[in-house]
Amino acid sequence: MTTLPESTETKLGLVIDLDTCVGCHACVVSCKEWNTSNYGAPLSDIDPYGAEPEGTFLNRVHSYEAMPETGCSQTVHFPKSCLHCEDAPCVTVCPTGASYKREEDGIVLVNEADCMGCGLCAWACPYGARELDMLSGVMKKCTLCVDRIYNENIPEEDRVPSCVRTCPAGARHFGDLGDPESDVSKLVAERGGMDLMPEQGTKPVNKYLPPRLKDRPSEAALEPRHEDPSGLFAWLDKALEKI
Amino acid sequence: MHPAPSVILFSTLSGLGFGLLAWLCLGLPPVTGQVAFVFFFIGYALAVGGLLASVLHLANPKNAVKAFSQWRSSWLSREGISAIVALLVVAVFAIGVIFFGVRLRAVGAVAALLCLWTVFTTAMIYTQLKTVPRWNSWTTPPIFLLHALGGGALLAGQPRLAAILLIVLGFLMAWAWIKGDEKGRAGSTMESATGLGAIGKVRQLEAPHTGENYLLREMAYRVGRKHALKLRVITLVLGYALPAALMLLVPVSHLTAVIAIAAHLAGVLAGRWLFFAEAEHVQALYYGR
Ligand code: SF4
Ligand code: SF4
Repeated sequence: MTTLPESTETKLGLVIDLDTCVGCHACVVSCKEWNTSNYGAPLSDIDPYGAEPEGTFLNRVHSYEAMPETGCSQTVHFPKSCLHCEDAPCVTVCPTGASYKREEDGIVLVNEADCMGCGLCAWACPYGARELDMLSGVMKKCTLCVDRIYNENIPEEDRVPSCVRTCPAGARHFGDLGDPESDVSKLVAERGGMDLMPEQGTKPVNKYLPPRLKDRPSEAALEPRHEDPSGLFAWLDKALEKI
Repeated sequence: MHPAPSVILFSTLSGLGFGLLAWLCLGLPPVTGQVAFVFFFIGYALAVGGLLASVLHLANPKNAVKAFSQWRSSWLSREGISAIVALLVVAVFAIGVIFFGVRLRAVGAVAALLCLWTVFTTAMIYTQLKTVPRWNSWTTPPIFLLHALGGGALLAGQPRLAAILLIVLGFLMAWAWIKGDEKGRAGSTMESATGLGAIGKVRQLEAPHTGENYLLREMAYRVGRKHALKLRVITLVLGYALPAALMLLVPVSHLTAVIAIAAHLAGVLAGRWLFFAEAEHVQALYYGR
């Protein structure tokens, strides 16, 4: 059903720390690996060994430069996947009922058995979070690794999305953003977590932690040390003066 | 947005077809028998041909029937249902005039409304998208409706009506272009997209991938925008001004009608191409486009 749930109590999502992400793309690779071999149709590649390789991904890492009026610009690596919006426009436009938002945890999913590959949901998403897979003809998007997070066949520490488990920098956090007492909610409150394109009115569940402002070299440099030498150095000092 | 030929053809042809059928169901022209058959045949061919062209656009057409299920929330679903219902009710009226020479006025009125409602649902598929600010405007539905009614009147051989509708359409179109240019991306910027505006201006340092992908092809189409002005003039002249002038100033004959219809179609196709090619999607901002 492509009408949205009134609201969901549990809001599972990601918190991505733009201060910490080093842009290594490990999450991109692990996401592709997990999701091409599990839930739904594989994430196909086209011309993988040829001149113009391309493929379907559920998570991509952009890199930006933010340039303040004065001082150095800041490089920011920017992972982006579905934000599991509360007011998900991708769901309501879907004519077949393939796209839906789960009432129990707020995850936005595509039922591939129903999808006709019209692509309208990808048009409705402001974030570029849905990609039509060219080989299977169905819409692919982040599932928040729904087949990991509740999976009792894998060790407990693995029951988080693949990207979160993989990130070597610890820039990705997973949890319930509907619970103000959860670790992720506290992190968002503490660090001023933000919504992407709030003007689109999608109310994304995923939050981004802004990069901390960089120090300026003049402020950050150590004071030069002036100390009168003692011992051997005092003697050397004196000796050298005399020459 | 990527101007997919199948979608351009679909929206143009099916709009024309539903417009023609609407006029026919209102008794304009008041044809019966064989002549009515030819008129209705053209209307159906355009409307159904357009619908088939849109099915070609699907990546997974085997699930197309499921598109009738989500009328509660989805304009695309409503369009599919409306199109089928409209074509069925039109058939009742058409059978009446073709085979029995009777005009079921009430059925005709309902059929005409359903045809226009179908065109409206098509327009709403585009209008609803906040992500494409140029489409997300009150002007989109009247533009689609006027195309259907104006073009339909041309096909239905209603010179005055066609001319007036096309002139109104020309002005509305020009206004929508100007407003669309002003609107740009309706306040979304790379800064709002990334949330990095608090630090300063944002630019792309590196794209997330070196090759193409679905998103870039579909949503960050840029070819041909530089010809936008020329294409706008072509649309206005061929699509609306020339047919309107022919209808009002030259004695109506089969030849003038054919020229007017051909010009109109060419102009409208150019305009529909622009409708897609010029429309900027906010998600292209993530690629600095
Ligand atoms: S990020 Fe895009 S695909 Fe994901 S829920 Fe929001 S609108 Fe839908
Ligand atoms: S591509 Fe599939 S999921 Fe997306 S709107 Fe079309 S039918 Fe629904």
